[in-house]
Amino acid sequence: MLPENLKEHSAALAVDAFDADAIKGGKFEYDELTLEIAPAKIASVCGFLKYDQKFIRLSTVSAVDRYPAEPRFEVVYHLHSVERRERLRLKCRIAGTEPAIDSVTGVWRGANWYEREVFDLFGIQFRGHPDLRRILMPDDWDGYPLRKDYPITGPRV
Amino acid sequence: MTDVEEPQQQGGGRRMVLNMGPQHPSTHGVLRLLMELDGENIVKCTPDIGFLHTGIEKEFEVKNYQQAVTLTDRVDYLAPLSNNLAYCLAVEKLLQLEIPPQAQWMRVMLTELTRLNSHLVWLGTHALDIGAMTVFLYCFREREEILKIFEMFSGQRMMTSYFRIGGLALEPPRGWYARIKTFLDVFPSRIDEYENLLTNNRIWIGRTKGVGFISLEDMLDLAVTGPMIRAAGLPMDARKDSPYSSYEKFDFEVPTRTENDVYARYLVRIEEMRQSVRIVRQAMDGMPGGDWKADAPHVVLPDREKMKTQMEALIYHFKIVTEGFRVPEGEVYTVVESPRGELGYYIVGDGTANPYRVHMRTPSFGNLQAVPRMVEGTLIADVIAAIGSMDFVLGDTDR
Repeated sequence: MLPENLKEHSAALAVDAFDADAIKGGKFEYDELTLEIAPAKIASVCGFLKYDQKFIRLSTVSAVDRYPAEPRFEVVYHLHSVERRERLRLKCRIAGTEPAIDSVTGVWRGANWYEREVFDLFGIQFRGHPDLRRILMPDDWDGYPLRKDYPITGPRV
Repeated sequence: MTDVEEPQQQGGGRRMVLNMGPQHPSTHGVLRLLMELDGENIVKCTPDIGFLHTGIEKEFEVKNYQQAVTLTDRVDYLAPLSNNLAYCLAVEKLLQLEIPPQAQWMRVMLTELTRLNSHLVWLGTHALDIGAMTVFLYCFREREEILKIFEMFSGQRMMTSYFRIGGLALEPPRGWYARIKTFLDVFPSRIDEYENLLTNNRIWIGRTKGVGFISLEDMLDLAVTGPMIRAAGLPMDARKDSPYSSYEKFDFEVPTRTENDVYARYLVRIEEMRQSVRIVRQAMDGMPGGDWKADAPHVVLPDREKMKTQMEALIYHFKIVTEGFRVPEGEVYTVVESPRGELGYYIVGDGTANPYRVHMRTPSFGNLQAVPRMVEGTLIADVIAAIGSMDFVLGDTDR
């Protein structure tokens, strides 16, 4: 369901018309539009936004750990339309046990390294990713450093 | 780390794997490229990064907002002020602070000097990699002048941390105008000097023209930004597309080329240097007066004199230094145009004095991703010229 206050934003309306079940919520704060997308629909919504709505660039993919709340992780996509001079943030909430989400590498090849980074630092699996390996940390590293239960100093808890 | 795999033997040709770099942590470009070669041709290229990963994004979470400014310098050590600016703009957006005009113009002027600084290092090292030693010495001569200007402003040559949340760290020093003017009076002729050495140099043209092509569609898809994309004809520049810090008040052009090779990227950066000089001149001559930090006593440290004479100022000082200031809940993503491309800071605040999460979208990370697409199918001798034209900083990539 698209929240009432987002009806004036054309990108939000377009996604709503494309697949009304995909939108779980959203907000417009600090002049930035955020849409919350159902995790199962992320790849199709991204494809629609890229090819129909001209969001041809994926600026970055990142994640936020809401530990100990559930659903624990937020995967955040920042999209950019050069032609419309617009930016859009998509957000998917996924559970903390065996976190996984569909990869968007099929839409933008550039998602490859960004998803690897999220996998490396948060331990979120991306289904359908062509080359899901650690990218910044050593391959034999144990644990996911950007998780909130990973200590910044001292022994692991 | 990627292991070296035995190349698959196909047909009659013999393939070999060549490992390029890194030699030493302090060499420029701590990057490893695994290249599978068929004779002189590159069949497959796999970049391996992470050698300079220092966990800066994690460290943000245990620093308060003001302390974290010093971390942003260390991300991209050739463009510290661009990183300062992107971070400060993001936090200021969360706080909804109004920045006085003088601070905004100072920020524009100094980030443009940063662009000159970064492009000079790029030009010097890029030319050195290709074999033109002289250019390096010339570029570093002018870079030294810029570093001295930074030192004059902030007391530091490289890790300046000069932009703070709410304005500047210190009052602009006495005599800054004359100092920068002396530099700007000679600098355009120095750009001509570099051009004399390179632009019509037959060796330079031979090594760079037609080398390192990658289509515009590929670049947009692979998250490449900055001079790379402008050399392919797309005038994408955050300073024009979504002006920040009063850039809309400046008159400048976004240089583009259409040849989309290493030579075009060189020409774009040279022209960007000339445009930066234009912006710095306008900023100097039109510098507004007034305050250089925001009127927000709970965020900005009070003047030293007030702190010693006014009780209230002393309390604010104590609170900011000991516990920082609270930033409201919310999330912002601000983008600035760093010398390398789109630099974005995604900051999530949770209402406390520490950022809940900071993600840096650094231009070098996105650009490096396109290396395989750019060099696969080309000759091994062109790799250095091709990746040099990307102008990446590995600290910026690995964070």
